Amino acid sequence: MTREQIIIDTSGPPAGPARKVADPKPSLLLGEHSLCPGCGEPVALRLLLEVLQELDIVQRTIGVVGHGCYGSFVRIMDVDVLQCLHGRAPSCATGIKRVRPECAVFTMQGDGDMANEGLQEVLHAAARGERITCVLLNNGVFGDTGGQLTATTVLGQRTKTSLAGREAETHGYPIPVADLVASLQGTAYVARGTVSTAGGVAQTRRMLRKAFEAQLAGAGFSLVEILTMCPTGWFVPTAEGPGYLGGSLEQTYPLGELVT
Amino acid sequence: MTRELLEGSAAIAAAAITAGCRFFAGYPMSPFTGLLESMSRELPAVGGVCVNAESEIEGANMVLGAAAAGTRSATGSCGQGIALMQETIAEAALNETPFVVFNMARNQQDYFQCTRGGGWGDYRTITLAPKDVTEAVEHTQLLFHLAELHRAPVILYGDPLIAQTRISVTVAPRDYGPLPARDWVLDGTGGGTGRSRQVWTWAMGKATDPGPGPDRHWRAVADKFDAIAGVEARFEQAYVDDAETVVVAFGTAALFVEYVVEELRAEGHRIGWFRPVSLWPFPGEALAAATTGARRVLVFELNAGQMLDDVRIHAADRSVVRFIGGVSIAESGLAYGDLMDAPVIRDRILAALTGGVPA
Ligand code: SF4
Repeated sequence: MTREQIIIDTSGPPAGPARKVADPKPSLLLGEHSLCPGCGEPVALRLLLEVLQELDIVQRTIGVVGHGCYGSFVRIMDVDVLQCLHGRAPSCATGIKRVRPECAVFTMQGDGDMANEGLQEVLHAAARGERITCVLLNNGVFGDTGGQLTATTVLGQRTKTSLAGREAETHGYPIPVADLVASLQGTAYVARGTVSTAGGVAQTRRMLRKAFEAQLAGAGFSLVEILTMCPTGWFVPTAEGPGYLGGSLEQTYPLGELVT
Repeated sequence: MTRELLEGSAAIAAAAITAGCRFFAGYPMSPFTGLLESMSRELPAVGGVCVNAESEIEGANMVLGAAAAGTRSATGSCGQGIALMQETIAEAALNETPFVVFNMARNQQDYFQCTRGGGWGDYRTITLAPKDVTEAVEHTQLLFHLAELHRAPVILYGDPLIAQTRISVTVAPRDYGPLPARDWVLDGTGGGTGRSRQVWTWAMGKATDPGPGPDRHWRAVADKFDAIAGVEARFEQAYVDDAETVVVAFGTAALFVEYVVEELRAEGHRIGWFRPVSLWPFPGEALAAATTGARRVLVFELNAGQMLDDVRIHAADRSVVRFIGGVSIAESGLAYGDLMDAPVIRDRILAALTGGVPA
């Protein structure tokens, strides 16, 4: 391209709108989400759907979704989905994958779902080396029920059931799910990302892609823990969500790849 | 098909595989364990999968997943293990996923558990209680059909005598007729078409194609179970037409009752027996008819009186219903105790007959 060709004619108004028009949603989204403004979970959903599309596995993918605010994603994901009981997604996904090994099978679970109710399921699925991809949306609270303590709530964090902040003596210590899973044989890819910054979003997207690639290669179990904002459950202004996440969960749960 | 000498558990496993079961998951617990072992031995040979799950909860949910993905699947346990599976059974009833649960129970104290369930929602569980291994084989094959016909989890209520008895048996495929289209199966191909599927207890549909929503869906499920109650009740009976006394029993206990009633008939007593083959739906109308002329309805079951409730609800005259069973389990916890003995049952029936008033 020569210099002359990119000279912009400023002698008159531009022929069309001067801004670039981006597609605002991945084509696998069937409608608007109903989650709170500032919630990190829709960002994670978008990344997941984009990765499925990018890998061209949309028509051989089955999702298993647990219970939490993200449960409503069942309605807007244009992917075959089983909505299962709280915590049980890795077991359901195991059954699906074992009878449909040709499919990409993923779970989407919150921290209350995976770390409280379903810790056993995810650990055993990982230890068995199930060829599934589990996505943990970790915001450190039960968002759906209004902001109570979960197994991943960080020390000092105030929730509706830890009003003075989480103290180890009363509430125990937070559980680093990705680290636990990473310690098990049977894992092929384990990583922890965040959606609090643009860089974090891009990195998380790459992690999700690698997790699915590991599954498709038959390498073993993969998990991506994604730290997400829950300004509503944290009782912080919407705009402060990403900053709060950076100062709380991201300090307790180091970002990065744990098993590659 | 050759005739083979098999333990009950192995015969049931063979029946399940013949019925098309290709995924099985369970957690060892006697006397269910033999079935799990048989399935783990036999399923891989036919291209199926058996997972020794880390808990009953995980096993049941693996089966829910495999069944939602369109594979004939089954799990099982007994008593306490089935208790852990109840949330999954209820979920599957409400999201309409078909699979078979083998309750190879330790005793008859699981009657409420099987017929009332411990989950939430307006659902029931079709439960068949075979009297011996041969019938357990038939029931197993029938249950896979019924599960898919009605899109619901169903239960086989066995016991140690069925799980651990060796018999000579032929397991041949059976045709129970056509089944509805399996258009609900999650096969993964719906993605990106705008017609992707969901299996969801709340049935709210995709944003572009709203489903019935929870109220209408749950009403439809409840109506479905009402309809099942009208067509799937099964029972056996003998001598009830002229019987002054009708003895009601289920499962293997019913075999002993049958034997004793035959004896008493031969001795001139006007006595008959009635056996609910399906515990849910309970064959209530048939029981009402069978007990219309009876002066006594005696309920023998090995618990503190659970089916007794159903008999009382349906007996033509509930005032004549008497419980003659009792809690009975061997010290080992893995077999029936002293009550499961024809002479003991005979004594209990005779005591009721000669008491002048219904015992
Ligand atoms: S409560 Fe929290 S997790 Fe739930 S939608 Fe609102 S911000 Fe998101």
